[in-house]
Amino acid sequence: MFAYIIRRVAQSVFVLFSIALLVFLAIYAIGDPVITLAPQDATTAELEATARRLGMDRPLYQQFFIFLSNAAQGDFGRSFVYGEPALNVVLSRLPATLELALFAAFLAVVIGVPLGMYAGLKPDSAGGKSIMLGSILGFSLPSFWQGLMLILLFAVVLRWLPAGGRGDVGSIWGLQSSFFTFDGISHLLLPALNMALFKVALIIRVARAATRETIGQDFMLFARAKGLPPTRLVGVHLLKNILIPVVTVLGLELGSLIAFAIVTESVFAYPGMGKLLVDSIGQLDRPVIVAYLMATVLMFVVINLIVDLLYAALDPRIRLSGGEA
Amino acid sequence: MGETRANPAPADSGTINSDGQSLLSLQVAAFFASPAATLATVVLTLIIVGATLAPLIAPQHPYDLAQLDIMNGMLAPGARDGDNRLLLLGTDEQGRDILSAILFGLRTSLLVGVVSTGVACLAGSAIGILAAYFGGRIDALTMRIVDLQLSVPSILVALVLLAAFGRGVDKVILALIIVQWAYYARAARGAALVERNKEYIEAARSLELSNLQIMFTHLLPNALPPLIVIATAQIAHAIALEATLSFLGAGVPVTEPSLGMLIASGYNYLLSGQYWVSTYPGIALVIAVGAINLMGDRLRDVLNPRLAN
Repeated sequence: MFAYIIRRVAQSVFVLFSIALLVFLAIYAIGDPVITLAPQDATTAELEATARRLGMDRPLYQQFFIFLSNAAQGDFGRSFVYGEPALNVVLSRLPATLELALFAAFLAVVIGVPLGMYAGLKPDSAGGKSIMLGSILGFSLPSFWQGLMLILLFAVVLRWLPAGGRGDVGSIWGLQSSFFTFDGISHLLLPALNMALFKVALIIRVARAATRETIGQDFMLFARAKGLPPTRLVGVHLLKNILIPVVTVLGLELGSLIAFAIVTESVFAYPGMGKLLVDSIGQLDRPVIVAYLMATVLMFVVINLIVDLLYAALDPRIRLSGGEA
Repeated sequence: MGETRANPAPADSGTINSDGQSLLSLQVAAFFASPAATLATVVLTLIIVGATLAPLIAPQHPYDLAQLDIMNGMLAPGARDGDNRLLLLGTDEQGRDILSAILFGLRTSLLVGVVSTGVACLAGSAIGILAAYFGGRIDALTMRIVDLQLSVPSILVALVLLAAFGRGVDKVILALIIVQWAYYARAARGAALVERNKEYIEAARSLELSNLQIMFTHLLPNALPPLIVIATAQIAHAIALEATLSFLGAGVPVTEPSLGMLIASGYNYLLSGQYWVSTYPGIALVIAVGAINLMGDRLRDVLNPRLAN
């Protein structure tokens, strides 16, 4: 197990290093910050001085290592727009995005699992077939347009929910979150539903496949033979067994939920990290773009690492084959 | 279909089964046995024809500024413009006929989807098959890069690439190729690893055919079915991604037609109940993407009989 952990952690560090290199090169390719930062009427000498101050006169590989060592200390420079350290700007938006992603994951399970179970238990019924057809259409709905239609229906026509923004933040035991106020939840509902629908189709497919696999197994036959009522059969024995693949898929999708928050947050004017990224790209706020990318990739890498290590702890075959390769 | 895999014939399509029907015609028949897939094919054909003939059949050239009249701005569906022409789906703020804009926007969608997927499929499959064929370090390095790329969501990669490249149809296509190639590389490698040890490859080797010939005329055709399935789903994905990027203001420039940008331009009017600018282009997008996805789903069932049950 120990060898596996080391190998897996080394792999994650390699991924982070590669992404840092790519981000550095991409940002380097965008343009010369010296020209952006120096005054417009700067002389060549002044430009050179600015370049020296920023370390831009050094060879590329040295600049990369300066970038790396600064990044390791959480220093990505100051935001051109907010005047604060870029990482602080990004992290101040993190709670809003995490709330959205977690709420969306919750909604996806609550909506997707029952539908998937039904489609798995009655695959040939009209209901089961339309659920599967609906899930294909669910894959086809572009998230940004679906968000606009949710706004049109629930905020413009029915006037039930606010069209955008983040609601009041409440505080319980020192923990700050929109979950604690009615206004906060009403603002979260539409964007979270929008992000959830994107994943519901996937959850339905996973739950359906797991259901069909589970109902044929001996312990289910035995439980039925024992005379357990169908509600208990489905609600306890089946549900327990299909939750494992569902939770696995959801864990792996959490990263993509955070990334796709870019779209949903832009549609709902929700002040999270994703909207910050889109705004920063529009304003060419380079330090914030870099800080967002590195922070997000770090999150992905850590999530993947945890999932893999949990797997290895649960299933010895993985760490054994991993150790040999 | 199992028997064709073991057959040294390079392509599936020419194979004859015991009933005297070619495998291809059986697969086509199986595909159209599904009403949903048939309907999707008809719908997609109509969309392709409509988009291709857009300059001929559209009531207006919506991106020719000389034809736009700001006096016709934000007219509701069913209204008539200054020349008493019926506006079936209304106009946007610049007086652009929405129906025409949708037809022109679909051209961009299809162009971006088909070209980016086609190039990514060719390049990715070639890389995957080469990796599988040579194995060892080349294989390990390639798969590391593929894993790296697939671990970061496509929307993020595309958005950052476009921030670096700038806006433009060609740049969107390039970004989408970079986003997609890894899927094909992985699938092609997987399929090639399975095929590599089969007898027909051994037979081709004993005939002393060159590596390239074995890979691309013998191995590739038999590794094709999973690639076709992925490519179909990826065309739909690429179309949706282009619309999303343009919606976010990072994709196609404002002078070019794009469904995503059309939807974005209707965003402000949506809140005051003027729904048509955002709604109708979105419906067109959903129908196009949905039809492709339905066809892809059916293709997967037809090309992979093991999954059907």
